[in-house]
Amino acid sequence: MTGNVVVVGGGTAGMEAAGQLAKAGLSVTLIEKEKDLGGHLKEWYHLFPDRRPGEEVLSYLKTQIAHDNIRLLTGNGVGGFHKKGSDFIINTSSGDEIKADAVLLTTGFDLFKSERKEEYGYGIYDNVITSPDLEKMFRSGEIKLKNGKTPEKIGIVHCVGSRDEKVGNLYCSKLCCVTAVKQAIELKEILNDCKVFCFYMDMRMGGALYEELYREAQEKYGIAFIRGKVSEVGVNISKKLVVKAEDTLSGRPLKMELDLLVLMAGMEMSDGGSKLASAGKLDIGENRFFTAADNHFGSNRSNVKGLFYAGTCTAPMNITETISHARSAVADIIDYLNNDRK
Amino acid sequence: MEKFGFTLSKARVIDYDANDRRIVDFILEREPSLKACIECGCCSATCTTGNFTGFSLREIHVLLKRGENDQVRKKIKKCMLCGKCSLVCPRGVNTRNVVFLARQAFQKFDSYAV
Repeated sequence: MTGNVVVVGGGTAGMEAAGQLAKAGLSVTLIEKEKDLGGHLKEWYHLFPDRRPGEEVLSYLKTQIAHDNIRLLTGNGVGGFHKKGSDFIINTSSGDEIKADAVLLTTGFDLFKSERKEEYGYGIYDNVITSPDLEKMFRSGEIKLKNGKTPEKIGIVHCVGSRDEKVGNLYCSKLCCVTAVKQAIELKEILNDCKVFCFYMDMRMGGALYEELYREAQEKYGIAFIRGKVSEVGVNISKKLVVKAEDTLSGRPLKMELDLLVLMAGMEMSDGGSKLASAGKLDIGENRFFTAADNHFGSNRSNVKGLFYAGTCTAPMNITETISHARSAVADIIDYLNNDRK
Repeated sequence: MEKFGFTLSKARVIDYDANDRRIVDFILEREPSLKACIECGCCSATCTTGNFTGFSLREIHVLLKRGENDQVRKKIKKCMLCGKCSLVCPRGVNTRNVVFLARQAFQKFDSYAV
């Protein structure tokens, strides 16, 4: 089949979709604002639930896009688009206009900026870090405090920027619970003698092999789970972090000294996606992600005919779901080009 | 001297770092299945003692893990060791043995024998 499709966003969803569209015979232009493809995936050391190196998935995606039908436009943003009949005209930040028969938005997510939860002290206290900061430490092979010492007591805070009306995010980011469990296990593997405490509101382990990983964390690694959201973080006279939470299972307030605190930053609609939504009059929901045309059988379709979504620009998703969602978008696009486009 | 009836209230906060977790460590070493507890409360719901008194094995688990031993010392005596809790535990914790070991641990570490 023939046709031109523009894919906006070169992360997991965009790369997978571009590869599948190209294999179906379509001409694809993949636009990515950064100079490297891969999105958030390239920041990740290991992936849950099997702790496979993130690089392995990235190299799979790179083979997917090694196709003659794909034109890469990296270091290029999309300023806006409009429709001319059934054609799309896409304006890139370098001033080019690209004509397309269909558009796929894979603009992904931004990580919640943990500074906004000021009571956790990110950006104020040295040893309060975020989940991606910890991945960076894993990649460097060294888990160290600011003063160069090895942490002995580590706390992990779930739901940072998720399920929190105070920051305007009512939804669950869905991946942070299992990320916390994965990172807790990795911390225990690297620093055998450390103690790890997860402070959670609910353990949401709804994914293949997540519950098993949670159980492994408890049984094999002795990670402690405390039900109660951390309310505030301070520093005491011996320069240690002190966290306060309610131990809701005993109904009592609890305080604890920690060397290192890791915040599980949630997922938010990306800035780029939000801009495109207002520029192109695309429907967004209360959670600010793109609203799909139908929750059950139209999760890739938008309110604009010929414009599709895939991946975390519609809701928080893991890598597996993102790849599946990208493939289903390709099926929808092919159906549209064959049967629906006038 | 006039007595005003003021007293100092003891803080309710669990001071994790100051607490003594020798009891729970003793139990975990001998009954590692307790590590898998997710505090679901099945044990407490099925417990005959718990249906007539304030006894809750789930609560006792939490308190032991936090090192709040003073509260557990008395409560643990209420269990009749019937073992119904072990039958319903979704994580396969040998809850009956936990009570048994807790009593042993208190005897070992306390001058106060259960």
